Amino acid sequence: MHSTPLIPLADRARIETQYADVLQRSFLQRFGLLIGLGVVTLYLALSAVFFHVVPALQAAQWDRASAYLQDWVSWRAQPRLRFEDGKVTPRWTLRGQYPEGAEIDWLRPRADGGYTVYYGNAENRLEVTPKRVDAIIGGVLYPVDISDTGARAPDNAPASLRQEGEKVVVRYGFAGQAEIRASQVYVQRRFLGWANFLFDTRSVFWGKSFGELAGLVVSGERLDPALSNIAAMGRDIWHNTTWQHGEIFSQLMQTLVMAFVGTLLGTLAAFPLAFIAARNITRSRAANWGMKRVFDFLRSIDMLIWALFFTRSFGPGPIPGIASIFFTDSGALGKVYSEAIENIDEKQREGVKSLGAASTLVNRYGVVPQVLPVFVSQSLYFFESNIRSATVIGAVGAGGIGLKLLEAMGTNADWDKVAYMVLLILGVVFIFDNISNTLRWKLIGKQGH
Amino acid sequence: MSTATFGGSGLGPQAETTMRHYQSQLQRRRLYTVLSILIFAVLIVASLDFANRANSGKFFERLPYLFDFLKTFSPDSPMEVFRAMFDLPSPLADGSLKYDYTSDRIYITESLYIPHFIYQLVVTINIALVSTLVGSSFAFLLCFFASTNLVGAGATRFVVRRIMEVLRAFPEIVIAGLIAAILSIGPIAAIAAITIHTIGALGKLFFEVVENADMKADEGLRAVGASWLERVRYAIVPQVMPNFVSYTLLRAEVNVRASTIIGAVGGGGIGEVFRLAIGRDHAAKAYAIIILLLVTVIAVDQFSAWLRRRLTHGAPLDIAKGVA
Repeated sequence: MHSTPLIPLADRARIETQYADVLQRSFLQRFGLLIGLGVVTLYLALSAVFFHVVPALQAAQWDRASAYLQDWVSWRAQPRLRFEDGKVTPRWTLRGQYPEGAEIDWLRPRADGGYTVYYGNAENRLEVTPKRVDAIIGGVLYPVDISDTGARAPDNAPASLRQEGEKVVVRYGFAGQAEIRASQVYVQRRFLGWANFLFDTRSVFWGKSFGELAGLVVSGERLDPALSNIAAMGRDIWHNTTWQHGEIFSQLMQTLVMAFVGTLLGTLAAFPLAFIAARNITRSRAANWGMKRVFDFLRSIDMLIWALFFTRSFGPGPIPGIASIFFTDSGALGKVYSEAIENIDEKQREGVKSLGAASTLVNRYGVVPQVLPVFVSQSLYFFESNIRSATVIGAVGAGGIGLKLLEAMGTNADWDKVAYMVLLILGVVFIFDNISNTLRWKLIGKQGH
Repeated sequence: MSTATFGGSGLGPQAETTMRHYQSQLQRRRLYTVLSILIFAVLIVASLDFANRANSGKFFERLPYLFDFLKTFSPDSPMEVFRAMFDLPSPLADGSLKYDYTSDRIYITESLYIPHFIYQLVVTINIALVSTLVGSSFAFLLCFFASTNLVGAGATRFVVRRIMEVLRAFPEIVIAGLIAAILSIGPIAAIAAITIHTIGALGKLFFEVVENADMKADEGLRAVGASWLERVRYAIVPQVMPNFVSYTLLRAEVNVRASTIIGAVGGGGIGEVFRLAIGRDHAAKAYAIIILLLVTVIAVDQFSAWLRRRLTHGAPLDIAKGVA
C-alpha cells in the first residue's frame, strides 16, 4: 500500500495542479471530523458531570434491578410464618396467590405444629418451629436459634446464610429466600411464570391443570349452574382481579382510539387548510403566510401542554388525548401536506384549467390525485408515531394504558403486570406498523416512501 | 366529468367496448370509495362514542366550559408572567408558593443567577441533545448490519432489525420507570428512555438510506480488493452521511418534545415543573413555561431546518417518516 510510484516530476506537478482539491485539502476537511468528534466527546463528558451520572451509578441499587427484572418473568409467594402460642401460623398478604385453606406443595405443616418450606427440592428446605429454624442448604443442616431478642446464625454458616443485625437471612438463589426474626419468618418463594394469570383465587377453576380445564370444556358438569363451563371460564378470566384483563383491554382500546381518532381528525382538518397554505393554489401571500403560522403555532405547542390543558377541561380519559393529538397533528400534517402540494407537477392543473374547469374542479382533478397517496402515507406515519405518543400522553393524565403502566410501576411490586402490558403494547405496535406498511405499499409501491 | 355525454357520440364499436369497460370500472371504484368512507365513518363514530363513555367528563356536557378553565386560570397581570419567567420578586408575594418566584433561583455567583425555568429548560434541551448524540451513534453502528446490500438477507439482518423494532416500540415510560426505580428519579432515566427509542427509530431510517445507496462505488472498491470495513467507510458512508445528518437533526427536534413529556412523568426538567405548575393552579408560572417552550421549540425547529437545508442542499426529506 505504501510503495511510492515513480512519477516524473513534470507529471507530478501537472497532477498536483489538476487534482488540487483532492491532494491539498483544507484544514477543515482534514481535521473537521476529528475536531467534531472531540467536541462531541467533551460535550458528553460535561453532560455526565452536569447530570451527576457517576454518583448516580455509584448509588444505584443493582440488587433491586435484578429483583425487578426477575419479577418480569416470575412471581413471588410471600407468606409470613408467625410464631403464635408455641405454634407456627402462615399469614398471607392481601394480594395472596392462594385461596384460604389451599394445600400448598412447597409449604407443608409438620406434626409438631411447625412448617416445612421447600425451596425446589428436599436438599434445600427450611424447617420452621417456634424455638428453632433448621436451614438445610445443599443437604447440610444449619440450626438457627430463636430467642426473644432475635435469631442467631450458627458459627459455621456459609455465605448464603447471613446474620444481619437481629435477623438471619437465608438465600436459596432464584428459588427464594427467608428472613428469620424473633417473632416470625418472612418467606419469599419464587416461581417462573405469572401467578394466577387466567383465574384468580376466587374462581372455581383455580388451580386446575390444562387437562382438567379442557375436560370441563368438552364434557363434565356445570360448575356454575347459570352458565356453560366455557362461558364461566371466559367470565372469570375477563374479571380476574389480580390481572384485570378486561380493564387492561379497555385501557389499551382507549389508547388506540386516541391515536386513531386524533390522527384521522387531524388529517381531515389539515387537508383543506393545506390548500390555503400552499403558494401555488391560493394566490394570496397573506393567506399563505397566515395559515403557515397557524400550523407552526399548533405544532410548536408541545403535545404535553395540550394534554394537560384538555385534561383540566374534560377530566381524565381519551378525550383530552384525542384533542391533544388532533391539535398537534393538524399543525404538523398541515405543514407536511402544504409542502407536498407546493411540489406538485403543475402540468396536470394547467391541463384541467385549459378545459375551462372551475377552481374546485381544477384542484380535485389536477392536484388531489397527485398528492393523495403522499397524504395517506404521511398520515399513516403519524398514526404509527401517535400510538406510541398516546401511551406517554396517557401517563400524564389522559388515561389509557399509559396511566395503567404508571400505576403498576409505582407500586414496585407489579412488574409482572408491567411486562404483560409491555408485551400487549409491542404486539399492537407491530400489528399496526405492518398494517400501515401494507397500505402504504399498496398505495405508492415500495420505492416511494 | 359526466359520462353521459359519450353515449350517442358516434364512437366506433371498439371504442364503445372500451368505454363500457371504463365505465364499469369507474362504477366499481366509486362503490369502493363510498364503502370505505362508510366504514371510516362508522369506525370514527364508534370510537368517539367509546371515548366519550370512557372519559370521566362527558364531551358535550363539558364543551361549554372549555374556556372556563382559561378564564379562571389566568395570571393576575401580564407582568406576573414576566416575573415568573425571570425569577423577579412579585408585589403580590404573600409567602405562598404561588407567588414565590425567587427562592428557586440557581445562583452562580453571589448576585448572578439563572432563573429556575430557564435552568430547567436547559436541562430538558440537554437531555434531548445527549440522547440524540448517543442514540444516533449507536444507530449509525447498527444500521450497516441491517442493510441487505451489505450483509445479505441472512440471520444478522434479521436479528439486528428485530432488535431495532423492539427498541423502537418499547414504551418509553417503562424504561424511564425501571431506571428511575434503580437510579432514583431524574434526568438519567429520561436520557436512557429517549436514547433507546432513538436507536430504534433512527436505525430504521438509516438502514433504509443505506439500502438505497448507489453500489457502484462499492463495486469499485471491491475490485481493488478492499475489505468490508473499507468498503463501508469509503463507498457507503460518504454517500449516506448527508441524509443521516438530516434525519438526526429531525430526530433532535422530536426528542426535544419527547424530553418535555418524559420529564412530566418523572424525568425532571421543564416538563415536570410545568405539570406541577398547572396542577397547583399557578397560572403565571404555567404561562411563563408555555411561552418558554413555544419559543424554544420554534427556535430549535428553525435552526435545524436551516442546518438541514445547508447540509443537503435542498434535497427533499421525508419529514413524516422521520417523525414515526
